[in-house]
Amino acid sequence: MSTVATTDPVLTPRQSTGISLRGRLQDALPKIVLAPSFVITIIFVYGFIVWTAYLSFTNSKTFPSYALTGPRAYQRLWRWTFESDPPSSWYTSITNMAIFGFLYIGICLALGLFLAILLDQKIRGESVLRPIFLYPMALSFIVTGVAWKWFLDPGLGLEQTLHHFGWTSFHFDWIKNKDFVIYTVVIAGVWQASGFVMAMFLAGLRGIDGEIMKAAQIDGASSFQLYRRIVIPLLRPIFLSAFIVLAHMAIKSYDLVVALTSGGPGGSAWLPSNFMYEYTFKRNEMAVGSASAIIMLMTISAIIVPYLYSELKEKAR
Amino acid sequence: MNKFLTTTAMIALALAGAGVSAHAADVKEVQMLHWWTSGGEAAALNVLKQDLSKEGFAWKDVPVAGGGGDAAMTALKAMVAAGTYPTASQMLGYTVLDYAQAGVMGDLTETAKKEGWDKSVPAALQKFSVYDGKWVAAPVNVHSVNWLWINKAVMDKIGGTQPKTFDELIALLDKAKAAGVIPLALGGQNWQEATMFDSIVLSTGGPEFYKKAFNDLDEESLKSDTMKKSFDNLATIIKYVDPNFSGRDWNLATAMVIKGDALVQVMGDWAKGEFVAAKKTPDTDFLCYRFPGTDGSVVYNSDMFGMFNVPDDRKAAQVALATATLSKSFQSAFNVVKGSVPARTDVPDTDFDACGKKGIADLKAANEGGTLFGSLAQGYGAPPAIANAYKDVVSKFVHGQIKTSDEAVKQLVQAIDDAR
Repeated sequence: MSTVATTDPVLTPRQSTGISLRGRLQDALPKIVLAPSFVITIIFVYGFIVWTAYLSFTNSKTFPSYALTGPRAYQRLWRWTFESDPPSSWYTSITNMAIFGFLYIGICLALGLFLAILLDQKIRGESVLRPIFLYPMALSFIVTGVAWKWFLDPGLGLEQTLHHFGWTSFHFDWIKNKDFVIYTVVIAGVWQASGFVMAMFLAGLRGIDGEIMKAAQIDGASSFQLYRRIVIPLLRPIFLSAFIVLAHMAIKSYDLVVALTSGGPGGSAWLPSNFMYEYTFKRNEMAVGSASAIIMLMTISAIIVPYLYSELKEKAR
Repeated sequence: MNKFLTTTAMIALALAGAGVSAHAADVKEVQMLHWWTSGGEAAALNVLKQDLSKEGFAWKDVPVAGGGGDAAMTALKAMVAAGTYPTASQMLGYTVLDYAQAGVMGDLTETAKKEGWDKSVPAALQKFSVYDGKWVAAPVNVHSVNWLWINKAVMDKIGGTQPKTFDELIALLDKAKAAGVIPLALGGQNWQEATMFDSIVLSTGGPEFYKKAFNDLDEESLKSDTMKKSFDNLATIIKYVDPNFSGRDWNLATAMVIKGDALVQVMGDWAKGEFVAAKKTPDTDFLCYRFPGTDGSVVYNSDMFGMFNVPDDRKAAQVALATATLSKSFQSAFNVVKGSVPARTDVPDTDFDACGKKGIADLKAANEGGTLFGSLAQGYGAPPAIANAYKDVVSKFVHGQIKTSDEAVKQLVQAIDDAR
C-alpha cells in the first residue's frame, strides 16, 4: 500500500504534462497531416499554373525556354479566333467546347433528373436498375470511346447491322462527318455520365422530407406541380454539385475525343485540351500550348467562379 | 558461401545506388525507346536483339504505348527533361536535330570513322544523323514514300497496266470504279493524306519544284500555280476513296488492298511489311510502282536510333548498339522484314524481293542523281511545327473544311509562315 502511495505523487505530474502534450498534439495533428499535401498542392497545381503562364510569354518550342518574348502566342491565338476563314484548329476547338459543354451538361442534368424521378416511384427491381444505369461511369473514357467508335462506325456498327436486318435506307455517319462528329462525342459522353448524375439526384430525392410532399398532396398539388414547385427547388444543391462535376469532366475530356474519333476528320472534333496537347507535345510549340492552357483556365474561372459565388452566398444567408 | 558473397555484393551494389555503381563495371544493357510494336516491326527488331545478345548485351525496352510514335516522343521528352536518358531512341529527322541542339546527344564519331559510315550512308541521311560534325544517330533504314501498292488480282480483273502519268492513274481508278471495286484505299488521318500529297506534288511539279517548295520552303513555289494544280489533283484523286475512310489506320487501308476490296494504296514502303506479313509475294500477288510521274526520284524518311549522351559505363553498350545497327547483316535482315531499304548503299540486295531490289536501286540512283528528297509529311522536309501545319492544311482540304485550291494555297503559306 505504502509503495503505491509513494509512487502516486511522482506519476501525477508526469501524467499531467503527458495529457497537455497529447492535447497540443491532437490540436496540431490535422495541420501536420495536411501540411505535406498542402505544400504539394501549392507547388504542383498553383506553382505550375504560374509556370505555364510564364512559358506562354516565351518562345518555348520543344523544350521550355525562359527568355520572355512578349504575348506573341496570345496574338496568334487571337488571330486564329477572329480571323479564321476557313476555321483554324483553335477556332474549331473552342466552338466545339461550347457545343459539347452546353449539350453534355444540359442533357446529362435533364436525363439524370428524369431517370432519378422515374426510379423514385418505388418501382420493383430498383436495386437492379440503379447499378445498371450507374455502371457506365465505372468505365474509362477510353473504353467508352472505343466502344462507341465501333458502334457508330457506318462500316461496322449500327448502320451495318440494320442493313443486315433489311433496313437498307438507314443512314447514320455522323462520326465520319466533319460537321456532326462533335455530336457523337456528346452522345458517348452523355451515355457515360448521365447514370452518375441520376444517382446524385436519387440521393437528393431520398433526402427530401416525405412530410412536405404529403402536405402538398393534401393541399391538392398535382405531381407535376409537386416536382416543379417543391422537389426541384429543393434539389438545388445537387444541381450545383452535378454541374461542377460535369463541367470539369467536359473541360478535361481529351481521351474521349481521341479514342472515339482520333481527332475527327481534319481535326474537326478537337476540344481545347486536344489543341493544348497537340501544340505542346507533338508540334513543339510549347508557348502556344501554354497560352491556350491559360485561356482555358481563365474561361473556366469566368464561368465557375461567379456561379459558385452566387450559390454559396445564397447558402450562407 | 560463394553464392552468399555474390548476393551480398549485389545487395550492396543495389543499395549504393547509381552514384557509386557508376564506377563499377560497365552496364551490359541497352535501354531502347521505340514504338515498333506491330507484328512485322517487332520481328524485325528481334534481329537486332539477337545480334546484341551474342555480344553479351541485354536489351531493355523502355515501354511506350501507342503506335504512331507520338506517345513515345512525349515519354522521351519527359525522360530527357528529367536527365535520365535512354541508351538510344527511335527518332525521326528533325527531332534528332532538335535534341542535338539541346545538347543531350552523344558522340559516335569515333565509331563512325572506324566503320566508314561517311562513305556508305547517303548524304541526305547524314544531314540528320550528323550534327555539328558529330555523329549523333545511327540510321536504320530508308523508307520511300512515293509508292503505289496494287492488288494484282484486281488489276488483272480490270485489265489495267502500270500508270505512267497522273491522268493514266485516274483512268485506272475509273476502271476499278466501273468494276465495282473501291479504287483507292486511304486512311483518313492527316499524316496519311499528307503522305499521299507528297507524291502528288512531286508528280505535278517535278523534282526541282518539290525540293524548292517542301525542303527549302520557298514562298514563291508554295503559292505558285503548280501548287494549286497539285491541290486540284488531290481533289481529283480523293473522289475515288470510299466514304468510310475518315480516321482509318494505314494498315487497315493496306489490308483492303491485300484482300482485294480495293485496287491501290498510295503509301510508304512500310506497307510492304504488311503484304509480306500476309504471305504475299510481289509481282504475283501485288505490284509496286513508283507514283506516276515520280520515277527516278525518291521521297524518303528514315528511322534513326538517336544516341544519347549516356554516362561512361553505358558507352560500350551504346557503341555496340550503333555498330550492330549499321552492320550490313542487320541492315539486310531488318529491312527485308520491315519493307524498307538499307540506310547504307553498299548492302547487297540478294535477300530482298522484287520491290526491295527496285527500292535499293532507286535509292542508289536518287542519291547519285541528287533526287533524294526529305518527305515533308514524314518530318524530313521541315521541322515538326511546319510539317504539322502542312498536314493540317492538307487534311482540312481533303475533308472539305478548305474548299478550293486557291484557299488551300493561301492557308498553306500562312500556316507555314506562322510555324516558322
